[in-house]
Amino acid sequence: MRFSALRIFKEGLTGNMNWEPHWRNPSPKSRYDVIVVGGGGHGLSTAYYLAKNHGIRNVAVLEKGHLGSGNIGRNTTIVRANYLLPGNSEFYSHSLKLWEGLESDLNYNVMMSQRGLIMLCHSDGQRDAFVRRANAMRSRGDDAQMLSVQDLRKLLPYLNYNSARFPIYGGLLQKRAGTARHDAVAWGYARAADQRGVDLIQNCEVTGFNINSGRITGVETTRGRIEANKVAIVVAGRSSQVAQLAGIRLPIESHILQAFVTEGLKPIINNVVSFGMGHFYISQSDKGGLVFGGDLDGYASYAQRGNLPLLEHVFEAGMALMPMIGKAKVLRSWGGIMDMSPDGSPIIDKTSVDGLFINCGWCYGGFKAVPASGYAYAHLIATDNHFHTAKNYRFERFQTGYHLMDEEGTGSQHNLH
Amino acid sequence: MRILCPNCGDRDIREFYYRGSAQDLHRPNLEDRLSDWHAFLHLRDNTAGEIRDLWYHEKGCNSWLVVTRNTMTHEIIKTELVKNTDERRA
Repeated sequence: MRFSALRIFKEGLTGNMNWEPHWRNPSPKSRYDVIVVGGGGHGLSTAYYLAKNHGIRNVAVLEKGHLGSGNIGRNTTIVRANYLLPGNSEFYSHSLKLWEGLESDLNYNVMMSQRGLIMLCHSDGQRDAFVRRANAMRSRGDDAQMLSVQDLRKLLPYLNYNSARFPIYGGLLQKRAGTARHDAVAWGYARAADQRGVDLIQNCEVTGFNINSGRITGVETTRGRIEANKVAIVVAGRSSQVAQLAGIRLPIESHILQAFVTEGLKPIINNVVSFGMGHFYISQSDKGGLVFGGDLDGYASYAQRGNLPLLEHVFEAGMALMPMIGKAKVLRSWGGIMDMSPDGSPIIDKTSVDGLFINCGWCYGGFKAVPASGYAYAHLIATDNHFHTAKNYRFERFQTGYHLMDEEGTGSQHNLH
Repeated sequence: MRILCPNCGDRDIREFYYRGSAQDLHRPNLEDRLSDWHAFLHLRDNTAGEIRDLWYHEKGCNSWLVVTRNTMTHEIIKTELVKNTDERRA
């Protein structure tokens, strides 16, 4: 079933009786060419690109709960390609290009909205750093534009320009950045993968890996044993636990990141605004809710809820930047589990077990990476070679210190990101 | 989350700096293998459940503490001064 305007019109006239489920609900077969462990954004996009780019269709995605029930189901939905460091920048550049063609590729409305992302700067030094970053972005082929205070006053008239602590000196605009509907991304990839023959198996938890003389032969699950010569782990939020089932210890510490949504309001914030100095960023959803967040709580946690100090910090930063926000009522908050790696960059790599792959460590930036991560991971699984945009996302960088990608420049250590 | 500091009593977590896993107390020797240093610096058990980690009472008594707590529930189970812990004695 293809979605189209004509189809919506036709269904509308006939009582919407003929829509079909987006995907099948198959029982697991006894053997697959590739098993993807984890039915979140990254897992579903991996399965899709395995089928689409590499013709590997005998694939199962095993999901412990229901599809898209982790961080793809709850996040702040920002898509951007404004990274600085080689190794990261080409990866996110590729991802943004995939985002731009995603809806026609998947035949699914992911509500991609390139409303522009503005990073604010508050000192001469920070503006210089932004000019450097903008030049790096442009030389890579992406768009970047420096904004003066006059430009900003027209674009974002509601900001507090007279703050003594963080006076606004300008901004860095990426017009092609924006937001997308997070659930639809998971559903779109799931449907497109299913249409290409991938089995999406829900309520199927992997409880062990079958390894024979250092080679993977399959997995044990709550729905029985399934064989495969290639198994791909991509389970953000539980990476350490699943890897441990294969005897692998990861350079990951799980942290909590909170985010907040207000009641629905009339359109007021037309872009994504990032106030890095205050650890605050905000956009407005299509329903009207202000969606905003800040930094990690700062301690290891799997609780999926945060504590008040960080909540207060984020609200204070919001009030300092845009005092009008104080009128809005917060509807809800949540905490997601972030796979934090030592340098703040991810891992897409082989493991010490032949045929077992892992994709983890997305820290707090996994959503925008969903298309390119699946693309690169599928390439690694299918060809055994690292895709050129992700060739530095390797385990060995921590041991050798070579090709570390520490975007924040704070050091490659767990408690610094 | 509040932490019961052995010196100062029940305190808000705002007063504490978080370091990470208490495995940091098992520092390898200079002559140890690179892989030992890699494990010390980067690899973590990252348990979903009861863990022991290091907190520094920065706005209180300036003591380093080992806190036993549950990462699934945020329950604080035990707080000890580092010098009184098994890790230190080992």
